[in-house]
Amino acid sequence: MNITENKINETIVLSIEGRIDTNSSTQLQAKILQSFQKAKNLELDFAQADYITSAGLRALLIGQKTAASKGGTMKLLHVKPMIMNVFQMSGFAKILTIEP
Amino acid sequence: MKELKLKAIDENLSVVLDTTEAFLEGQCSEEIKNEILISIDELFINIAHYAYGAEEGEAYIKLEMKEEPKSIKITLMDWGIPFDPFAKEDPDIDLTLEERKIGGLGIFMVKDYMDQVNYEYRDGSNIVTLVKKL
Repeated sequence: MNITENKINETIVLSIEGRIDTNSSTQLQAKILQSFQKAKNLELDFAQADYITSAGLRALLIGQKTAASKGGTMKLLHVKPMIMNVFQMSGFAKILTIEP
Repeated sequence: MKELKLKAIDENLSVVLDTTEAFLEGQCSEEIKNEILISIDELFINIAHYAYGAEEGEAYIKLEMKEEPKSIKITLMDWGIPFDPFAKEDPDIDLTLEERKIGGLGIFMVKDYMDQVNYEYRDGSNIVTLVKKL
């Protein structure tokens, strides 16, 4: 997995590429938390993300909780059907902010 | 058929996933491949984190192609604490953000993705078998 970081105005955009497996989820979680130290709003671009495991869901849950505690936002963009299925099956679709 | 026996540690996950991906090359859709990789990830990491407590131990993985219907049979073994990963109740997926916990979601995904899951404890081994139609 690779993560590219861009800052657009007050929003950090993390573009995620590859598989969000258990090992790379640790990296994703660290990156999300670092981003919330620098900005209030975060966008995660999932266009190049292949799949996500439960460890990846944990990273997103921690990110969403951090956003809520800081009065910020975390948005997920360009989520592929495979990953959208995981969000629906796990109930995460109701917890996360997912934009088409 | 492909067999792997290796230390059950996080660092070996990529070897397991890369081997599985190579084994499935040209055999199934991208979606099915991803469902298989997720399932193996969840179960291998379970072994790495819990099977041997604070000690280190080994995991064995066997990948086999079956015909009629074309499918993959995956066997995962460890020699740690007897533990049936499929015995746990499914997680409550209707909780709010504040109440959400992650435990059990990985196995819930495995059960959803695979066509068959089975666990047995035999001669000191935890044996998990998965079957997925390709």
